[in-house]
Parts: sequence; C-alpha cells; structure tokens
Amino acid sequence: MKMTGAEIIINTLIEQGTTDVFGYPGGQVINIYDALYKNRDRINHILTAHEQGAAHAADGYSRATGKVGVCIATSGPGATNLVTGIATAMLDSIPMVAITGNVPCSLIGKDSFQEIDITGITLPITKHNYFVNRIEDLADSIREAFQIAKSGRPGPVLVDVPKDVQVAVYDFEPQGIVEKIPLPKADDASIDEAVALINESKKPYIYIGGGAAGLKMGKEIIELAEKIDACIGCTFMGLSAVPDDYDRFLGMQGMHGHFASSISQKHADLIIGVGVRFSDRATGNTAKFAKGTKIIQLDPDFAEINKNINVDLGIVADVRDSFLRILEKVDKSEKPEWKNEVASYKIKEEEIAEKAAKMAGSRMTPKMVFDVINEYKLPRTIITTDVGQHQMWAAQYSKFDTTRRFVSSGGLGTMGFGLGAAIGARVATNDPTVLITGDGSFGMNLNELATAVTYNVPLVIVLCNNGVLGMVRQWQNLFFGKRFSNTVLERKTDFVKLAEAFGATGMRATNISEFENAFKKAVEINGPVVIDTYIDKDEFVLPMLPPGGSIDDIITEKGDDANGKN
Amino acid sequence: MEKTNKFVIAVYVENKYGVLTRVTSMFTRRGFNIDALTVGETESPEYSRITICMSGDGYAREQLINQLRKLYNVKKVEVIEENSSIKRELALIKIKNSSQTRADVLSAVDVYRAKVIDFTATEMCIEITGDPTKINAFIEYMLPYGILEMCRTGIVALERGEGTLLSKKTKTGVHKQN
Repeated sequence: MKMTGAEIIINTLIEQGTTDVFGYPGGQVINIYDALYKNRDRINHILTAHEQGAAHAADGYSRATGKVGVCIATSGPGATNLVTGIATAMLDSIPMVAITGNVPCSLIGKDSFQEIDITGITLPITKHNYFVNRIEDLADSIREAFQIAKSGRPGPVLVDVPKDVQVAVYDFEPQGIVEKIPLPKADDASIDEAVALINESKKPYIYIGGGAAGLKMGKEIIELAEKIDACIGCTFMGLSAVPDDYDRFLGMQGMHGHFASSISQKHADLIIGVGVRFSDRATGNTAKFAKGTKIIQLDPDFAEINKNINVDLGIVADVRDSFLRILEKVDKSEKPEWKNEVASYKIKEEEIAEKAAKMAGSRMTPKMVFDVINEYKLPRTIITTDVGQHQMWAAQYSKFDTTRRFVSSGGLGTMGFGLGAAIGARVATNDPTVLITGDGSFGMNLNELATAVTYNVPLVIVLCNNGVLGMVRQWQNLFFGKRFSNTVLERKTDFVKLAEAFGATGMRATNISEFENAFKKAVEINGPVVIDTYIDKDEFVLPMLPPGGSIDDIITEKGDDANGKN
Repeated sequence: MEKTNKFVIAVYVENKYGVLTRVTSMFTRRGFNIDALTVGETESPEYSRITICMSGDGYAREQLINQLRKLYNVKKVEVIEENSSIKRELALIKIKNSSQTRADVLSAVDVYRAKVIDFTATEMCIEITGDPTKINAFIEYMLPYGILEMCRTGIVALERGEGTLLSKKTKTGVHKQN
C-alpha cells in the first residue's frame, strides 16, 4: 500500500500496539498530525500543555503498564523540550519511543528555523536514536526503535524524521508487533554457584530493584524468601514489586531507607540483588557498603556488574529465568536466628517512629498524611510523585497492593515529573491515581493541570505545601549552617484558586482532620483535585544517611537545634 | 591502587552515519580519556574498524569494553593482547635541514628504517612506520635537530595468526546486551 511518510509513522505505531500517544504539534510535524487526524479512531492523541509534559506522560504510561510509551514533538524547541523527559526515562530504564519532526533534508545543517540536531543532543540520554533521511528506512527504524526500547534493559529511543521524509510516498505493509530480543540463558555453572552461595548463607537479604519491579517478579521473590527464610529489601525503583503488607518485606534501604531494611542489609551475610544497579543513593560510601557481605547480582546489563560495587557473582542473563532456576535448586531451610535479628531491627524502627510521633505534637506530619492516604485510597491506586522530601515520604510510607503502583523519577530526580506522569499512568490503566507533589516541584510543570482538566483525567493531587524547597533546606539545615540560600519560596500562590482557575477542584487542609475529609471527598471526584496540604517547613526526611556516609552514620532523629529560623 | 597500563582495543562498528560520534560521545559521557583513536575501512564494506589506545587500570578497561559493547552499531569489541599482536603507527616529521646536521639525521633515518619523503634546503620531511615505541625513540632522537611539525596516525593493530576479530568468540561468554 502506498502511503506518505507521516502515514507510515502513524501506521507503524498502530502496528506496534500503540493506542495512546502524547504530544504537541508544530511546523515540522503537521503532516504527522494530519495522519493522526485521519487515524483518530485507531489511535488516541493527548495534547499536553508542554512537550516536557508529553515525555513524562509517555514515561508514566510505560511505568504503570510496561508498554512502550510514545510521545511526539516538533523540531527545534519541541524536540529540546522532550530532553528532560527522555533523560528521566533513560536513568530509570523505561521503554519509550519519542518521535520528532525535523526540517527537510535540504535545510539540515543550515541553522534553519527551528532546526536542531536532536539526535546529537540525545545521544547520551537514549538507548539508541535514529535520524531517518530515507523514506525506505522509516517503518523499519520505528520497528527497531520499539524493539530496542523494550528489549534487555529497557530505555528510551528517539526517531527524528525530516519533513520531506514525512511527505515522501512509499510502500507500507503492516507487520506484527516486534518481539523483544531474547536475553541469553545463564549457564548451569553460574546458577550452581549462586545456589551454593545461597545454601551457605545464614543471613540472606533479597535485594530487589527496578529490574525486578519491571518484570513483576514479586511472586517469585516471595517464594524464594519463604524457601530460604530470607528478608527482602528494595531500592527506590523496586518499590511496589512486593506488596507492603508482606511481613518479610522491610521496604526501601539506602539514603532515606527504612532503618530495618538498611541495617539488615548491613548485617546480612549474602545480598541477592535482582535488577539492582547499586546507585550511590542506595549504597552511600561504596568502600563501606556491604563490607564482608557476599553479593550475587542478577541483571540483563553486563555493564552493571562491578560498575559501582564489586560483586562475588554477577549473572548477566534473562533475570527471570536465572531466578527461577536458582529458586528451584536451592535447599529449603529455616534461619530462626536471622529472623529474630531482623525482628529486633523492626522493633527498633518502630521505637524510632513512636519517638518521632511523640515529638511531633499536634501538627500535621507527613506520616499522618500518608496514613490517611493509605487508609482511604482505592484498591490498585497508583502513587506518582515529583521530587524532593514529599517523594521520599511517599517512598517510605506508601502502601502498595500490587505491582507497577509507584511512578517516580528515581535516577534523574526530575522535579516537575509528577503531573505529566500521573496523567500518563491514569490514561494507561484507568486505575485510581494519586500524585504526591510539593509546592516547588508542582510549580515547575503545573501547566499540565490544563491537560488533566481538558481530558477529564481523575487525579488526586496532594500538594505538600511547606513554602520551601524542603529537601535542599534539609541539607542546608544539617550541613550548611542553616544558611537557607534561595530555598524559601516567598510566593503568594493560592493553590485552591489556581486549581479552580484551571477548571479543577481545589481544597485546603491545614490540619489532619481537614486532610482526611478532603482526601475522602477527592477520591470520589471524577476529575483532577488539588489538595493544598500544609506541611511544616522544618519537617525532615528521616532516617538519613549523610551523603558519602554509611549505615553507621545514620541520622534517625532531628536534633533540637535543627529548627531553622528565617 | 591498581596499576595503570596502556592497552589497545579494536572495535568493529557498522559503517553508518554518526557511528563514530556515538562512540566518542560515550567516552565523554563516561569520562574516559583516550590516548589515540584511529578509524578506517576493513575487509568488509559493512564495517569500519576503530582502534583505541587508552591508559587505565583494570576497572577502566572493563568499563570501556562493556560500555562499547552496549552501543548499537558496535558489532565486536576485543582487547588486542600485547604479546600476540602486531601494532603499527605512521608518523610524518618535518625537521630543520642544515649542512651541519644533515649527515646525522640521514644516518638515523637509515638506522630506524625511516624514509625521507620531502627534501629542501631548509627542511626535510621524514616518514616512519613501526611500533609506537620505535617511533617514540626516533622522535626523541630527533628532538635536538629541531622538529618543525609532526603528526602521528595513532595505532592500528591486528592479532597474529589466521584468526580474525569478527570470528573470535567473546572471551567473557557474555552476549551482547539488547
């Protein structure tokens, strides 16, 4: 069938199973938008307020489902506005395809209007990218982009298509959805080695990351924990892989991890890492991390083995296959001493929490806010976040009932990620979605409230409003002599009115009973709701391992002098 | 601290638009500092061969290889082992020509099996090919005679014997990640 390049792009997206795309039109993608118009009964386009929002929405769409998220932007500024979103997806290994238009080939390299070398710009932040200057290569480039995005360790791929290629006419025959390139299977010797290490271990700690969460390996991980009597901890990206009510699950470890999770990892004699990359936020000082503890790492990416932490055994292969073979071969055993030790850490953690609750007095603490959210959120709720203190509170306190329920920018730490991502996650799943954000992050991309209103996307937006850039302030509080340089937001924004101005619902909660009432109402509203939630500016995210420190330097409570005055 | 060594890595890449940029962009992104890099055609029109010289410890070497293997368009990455390979480099060296030094320079050219390829009353241009250490030695010897200008190609290297890089099984047994 003869088609224009623009029609080939849309038909290839449809062929690859894409049902929703996020984007923004412009001069060099008019043809693509024309093809979208003609195919509007087959593919749904969501117009965002800004291309960055479209990239985050495609990312959130992918995180919530595992499908490849797709975004479209025009050349020049449209393409550069995607950059932060693409980098966010790259750092968290999220499969995404970004399509950009570019000026016609005859104008490339001449600093033409809205011309930018987006493949050059995105080289280090994509898994791969394409500049398609021949119509003959167009459909296959997009197919390859999907294949690369979802195979092995996933990631974003960008396809840049000059306008003349969009206009050119060429044959198109629809094909099937491209399969993931299969990963090799681990050899028996390395599986046996892993089994031997696990059988020898008296204190095993199963350590799950984004890789395990992406593969939805919660069930298998619980089976291994039961069989070898291990505890489970996770990285930030591993959240929601295992349901929070599972008693062996200790939660996130690392810089702002749960005390019991971090300390159990330290005292374990074996860490079984599944889809983790030992990021600096997870390990702290690498020289002190897991000293004397053996480490097994299962990962699809060989470049992650011994990159940040030297491991005793790295198995680079199909992670699920390796894991299942290990699970089958290991001896069943009971480890009551390790279990008791872990239980004692959990008791210590509870004591710390109780002490903090007592010190809090009557003010509305983040913990109280999350207790309400956990109690009243609907089943299958997806928690999305922006970046900062609220994000860490969300990571620490949110309770997830199933997988792919936590959508947050881990590696890049992108403030302004949340609202676009929440829209993407909700559109993808139709599951209840709550965005936890802060006044700093929300200020970055709140324009997407317009998108949520236009498409009537139900979202509960809990805006932790403390009037400061809380995470930086916390560091200034602890490590910079309380010199609060440029972290006090003396803005006069009325977020209730702002929500209303956008056509959303606005509510305010100055104390916990107001918050409870507001949240209960908000989950029933069929549209976006902003709850302006007052949080004290000197709340800390605790525990905290100071930057470059280790679990031995853990800060579990706020000193008396840590109340900043300004 | 692990010892820093010089090592040579040969890379087969698809002969396509922008592939060299992908490779060099990765060096910048990962903070690798390359001593020399050469690119050229191979026995197959589909591929180009990049030869990279770098100094670093074992960690840097492993990282460089792993990160190269991750790139699409990169088909093969192998370390060229010091004792089972042939390494060659070419240098062009322009030096002052005068009646006082001419005889010395020409005898050095002879001893080093270099070649004079341009000769005027005031300068001569010498071509020398060989192992980089030989070229280094020649340059050092020539320094007092006044080097006006010089350029070196960087190393190209092949392993000895009938085996080829493309047919070589990757040592680690780890397949290319996709």
